[in-house]
Amino acid sequence: MHEQIAANKRKTVLLFVVAIAFTALIGYAIGFLFFRGGVAGVVIATVLAVVLSLGSYFAGDRIVLASTGARKVTAEQEPRLHNIVEGIAIAAGVPKPRVYVVPEQAPNAFATGRDPQHSSIAVTQGLLDTMNRVELEGVIGHEMSHVLDRDILVGTVVATVVGAAVLMSEFFMRSWFWSGGRMGGRRDGGDGGGIITLVLFAVGIVLLILAPLAGQLIKLSVSRNREYLADAQGVLLTRYPPGLISALEKIRDAPHAMRSANNATAHLWLEQPSRVPGQETSTMEKLFSTHPPIEERIQRLKEM
Amino acid sequence: MLAVWIVLGLVGLVLVYGVLTYNRLVRLRVRTENAWSQIDVQLRRRYDLIPNLVETVKGYAAHERELFEEVARARSAAIGATGAAAQASAENAITSGLRKLLAVAENYPDLKASANFLALQEELTGTESKIAYARQYYNEQVRLLNTRIQSFPSSVIATLFQFERREFFDIEDSARGPVRVDLGSTTTEP
Repeated sequence: MHEQIAANKRKTVLLFVVAIAFTALIGYAIGFLFFRGGVAGVVIATVLAVVLSLGSYFAGDRIVLASTGARKVTAEQEPRLHNIVEGIAIAAGVPKPRVYVVPEQAPNAFATGRDPQHSSIAVTQGLLDTMNRVELEGVIGHEMSHVLDRDILVGTVVATVVGAAVLMSEFFMRSWFWSGGRMGGRRDGGDGGGIITLVLFAVGIVLLILAPLAGQLIKLSVSRNREYLADAQGVLLTRYPPGLISALEKIRDAPHAMRSANNATAHLWLEQPSRVPGQETSTMEKLFSTHPPIEERIQRLKEM
Repeated sequence: MLAVWIVLGLVGLVLVYGVLTYNRLVRLRVRTENAWSQIDVQLRRRYDLIPNLVETVKGYAAHERELFEEVARARSAAIGATGAAAQASAENAITSGLRKLLAVAENYPDLKASANFLALQEELTGTESKIAYARQYYNEQVRLLNTRIQSFPSSVIATLFQFERREFFDIEDSARGPVRVDLGSTTTEP
């Protein structure tokens, strides 16, 4: 477990370094093409990237929670969920995480935060509605293992950094589209607009290439193995494998789609959220596959 | 001269080892004490819940007086108990008393359906499983502490600074395997 924690901290640092270096490179490119000198671009981009990195470290959990529409629930509103989270936290010897509910019908859950002292566990309304006590305990045990191993740190940072890249790529492509549209109207006008368009286009293309790369980065940094690990470790906390097994079976058979499913946060969930339930996962989802097959997970738990 | 340096170096290494081991033992002892106080918090929570539960059940099943008295006796015995082993057996008496109380409640549909009873039942089930989890964590910490106190060479430091082995909480249960607390209706399918 200590190796897991150390490895996750290393990964987080590496992620920040790569993200900052990449942003600096883009800044250099913009500066070089736009202002005929890359230094200012590098400085601005680096400052921006450092601010973003700090933001994703300190506020990443809040960003992730907000992006899924999770709302905080009190012990009075959800006594069963709160009791279970507190119980598992006691078993793990860590402070009780904050408890959130996501208004989704698909049964699923995730954990976020940066360490056990700053952690949150969110479950969907569908999970609360369909799971009994021991199943819920199995799910929370799995999420608590992610908290203990600092998987939540890497996961949250990946989600926010990739999320930022996706947002920026959309922003650049859109502004290229709009300025391109305008330029078509005044084809024989000044060429200042032409250069801006060209730069935005280039940045957009770079970010378009970056997005799948970022997806690849997710796959590398959040290895699918950690889900098996969290399953095993979670069962060690609850001392009751049938609970998690039955929960995974219910999740497998649930017919609901996840409205807030997106590639930036997919790896955080207990089971990969799908927009098309009951069918084979689409090519795009396969490309971003972050979880091992649920059957394989159930099988391994049964063999314990 | 060289010999002096070698001796000094060895003494230094032993000192460093001693300090590290001492700190590790202190850390384990603090963690064990915290684990124990967590058990205590949850047990107290249960003591507080018992009168409420008894009152609620009394409202529907006043003639079960013997059972109420049994639970009350077990409760005061547990509050007065000292030491992990005595505490554990007193708590087991409470658990069996509460189980009977909830079994009695099964016979009164009005009671079972009342919001007050359902809330109390959830609180009690939650507290029971928290006690089980706290015990699980405590026993794990005690195991780690006792192992380090007994195994050589950390045993030397432990003896020197009088680190004492701790009692397991409810050793019979943990030796028998996982304990599932099941107080009835909350574990059934929704």
